[in-house]
Amino acid sequence: MSEVQKIAFSPEAYELVQRLIRRYPEGKQKAALIPTLHIAQAEFDGWLSAPVMDYVASLLKIQPIEAYEVASFYSMFNLKPVGKCLIEVCRTSSCWLRGANDVVEHIEKKLNIKDGETTPDGKFTLKTVECLGSCGTAPMLQIGKQFHENLTLDKVDSLIEEWSKSTEHSKYLDNSTFRKN
Amino acid sequence: MGRKILLKHIDEPGIQGYDTYRRTGGYASVEKAVKTMTPEAIVEEVKKSGLRGRGGAGFPTGMKWSFLAKPEGVSRYLVCNADESEPGTFKDRYLMEKIPHLLIEGMITSSFALGAHTSYIYIRGEYFYIVNILEKAIEEAYANGWLGKNILGSGYDLDLYVHVGAGAYICGEETALLESLEGKRGNPRIKPPFPAIKGLWECPTVVNNVETIAAVVPIVNDGGDAYAAVGIGRSTGTKLISASGHINKPGVYEIEMGITVEDFIYSDEYCGGILNGKKLKAVVAGGSSVPILPADLILKTANGENRLMSYESLSDGGFATGTMLGSGGFIVMDETTSIVQNLHTFARFYHHESCGQCSPCREGTAWMEKILHKVLHGHGTLADVDLLWEIQSKIEGNTICPLGDAAAWPVASAIRHFRLEFEEYVKNPASIKEVKHYYNTQLV
Ligand SMILES: Cc1cc2nc3c(=O)[nH]c(=O)nc-3n(C[C@H](O)[C@H](O)[C@H](O)COP(=O)(O)O)c2cc1C
Ligand code: FES
Repeated sequence: MSEVQKIAFSPEAYELVQRLIRRYPEGKQKAALIPTLHIAQAEFDGWLSAPVMDYVASLLKIQPIEAYEVASFYSMFNLKPVGKCLIEVCRTSSCWLRGANDVVEHIEKKLNIKDGETTPDGKFTLKTVECLGSCGTAPMLQIGKQFHENLTLDKVDSLIEEWSKSTEHSKYLDNSTFRKN
Repeated sequence: MGRKILLKHIDEPGIQGYDTYRRTGGYASVEKAVKTMTPEAIVEEVKKSGLRGRGGAGFPTGMKWSFLAKPEGVSRYLVCNADESEPGTFKDRYLMEKIPHLLIEGMITSSFALGAHTSYIYIRGEYFYIVNILEKAIEEAYANGWLGKNILGSGYDLDLYVHVGAGAYICGEETALLESLEGKRGNPRIKPPFPAIKGLWECPTVVNNVETIAAVVPIVNDGGDAYAAVGIGRSTGTKLISASGHINKPGVYEIEMGITVEDFIYSDEYCGGILNGKKLKAVVAGGSSVPILPADLILKTANGENRLMSYESLSDGGFATGTMLGSGGFIVMDETTSIVQNLHTFARFYHHESCGQCSPCREGTAWMEKILHKVLHGHGTLADVDLLWEIQSKIEGNTICPLGDAAAWPVASAIRHFRLEFEEYVKNPASIKEVKHYYNTQLV
């Protein structure tokens, strides 16, 4: 693919990866793979294409297959494009007990998509997920690194409203996530 | 008010930051450890404290530490398990978010005791906002001389890093966690060798839960005996309980082990009773993996004694009539709850989270979810209920790691205690919509 040549992290992201690699002993740079895939996802529209994973592998001096097999194992890595706003709703026991199914149904109706789908305008993706450690403030959903807890359908509506105006991608990490030294 | 050990200063404004934490006595355990104690003496205190692992298995921490191999010239590691993904559990998140320096302090003191010079906190990826908080706390600890080279002039060096996962319950299992930390898929390793002999990058490693490591701080400060004086029997100290479900006051509570379950559920100091004045139907007392108990058996043991919040009392009666303290994820269900539907959420969870290495778990969790889906939608038969029972019994004990058992126990216990409700789903599918529930035992 000709795309391959063009893929590169921003200088800040590149620098961050180098810093993270130094957290592990000499020769164990593969340990930085999961954090680096997170950074890649944040850099490239919230998902990991094969060329992006190849690039990550080259940064860490590992085989592309090592990046693919890891990316496909962990549920936070998206191997297909996602909407600008990825809505992740927990529906495990404690959230279900406090009305998570109503939240999912409400979003499905409002956005006219089903679990796992993206709106035609590419704005929203709905994903149901398993317990996010927010059971005491159920029901809840996550957008980027932000937890939204004690949800009501009104709260869900205002979140969707807010995000439909946003031009940003939802992200798990930003410049302040990792310390600089 | 119950005695607080870990959360003593939680209401102090600013406790998240270094200055307030330090002013309330923070980092005293590091000072005491590196200046006045030998690593062996610290391990002794932890042994004396009776502290048991707070991640779920309850293994004595001092004993685990004493198993750590110490070959010459080989690095040793301490890894903190902050993967916290057991449904119903959110105490580690609470602790890391509200009082992050307690974990950092515990990591430093514990690393010194184990002779580790590099330590990691492995945190689940969904907790990215807490990565922020921990990174800041670590930065402050470095800036104030508690981390880095020659800590307090003692000659002891330590680097501490946060390592973030990416969504996989299985990475809470300690060997899967180590695989994941090495940058691989989270497939559990066959034990032995145990991590204490061959762990991270084949080096001797201790893996401990967030709450376990935090508890080392008061143990070193006040001595193992003082810690052991709190609690009941072999359940020493306090435990953080994550309370959720149909209660008036969900949240994280530090309890002294040995209070009654009844007090925990109904008193205003803790859960504050059942939501909307409803009756109690069932409780999952220690995270999704432990057996569910109907109201009467969670409040009283089969012998009619008060059930207590302790390792021993909760498991009294074995799996026939008891459960486990587990991770302390306490999920409460009121009289309107469908046990079958709740179980379906658990079955879906374990199916989703099975790493796929062992056939009984990979295939069994998939079938259990499918059959429950069928029963839930009114297409089940009595034979399906028996099949569920049989599948769970064939997973248990037949897998590399305990995820298989964790998937089997909720199914087994739900059928054991609520079989009539499953049968109702099967026999009268038309009535499911009205959700009429049938119990083997009494509501309380
Ligand atoms: C499937 C599975 C998931 C687990 N998840 C966690 C977890 O999220 N956090 C944790 O501390 N321990 C978890 N454990 C237990 C760990 O394997 C290990 O026993 C624990 O981290 C040891 O620390 P402790 O002795 O301080 O409890 C899990 C175990 C299994 C089998
Ligand atoms: S069950 Fe939804 S956050 Fe735990």
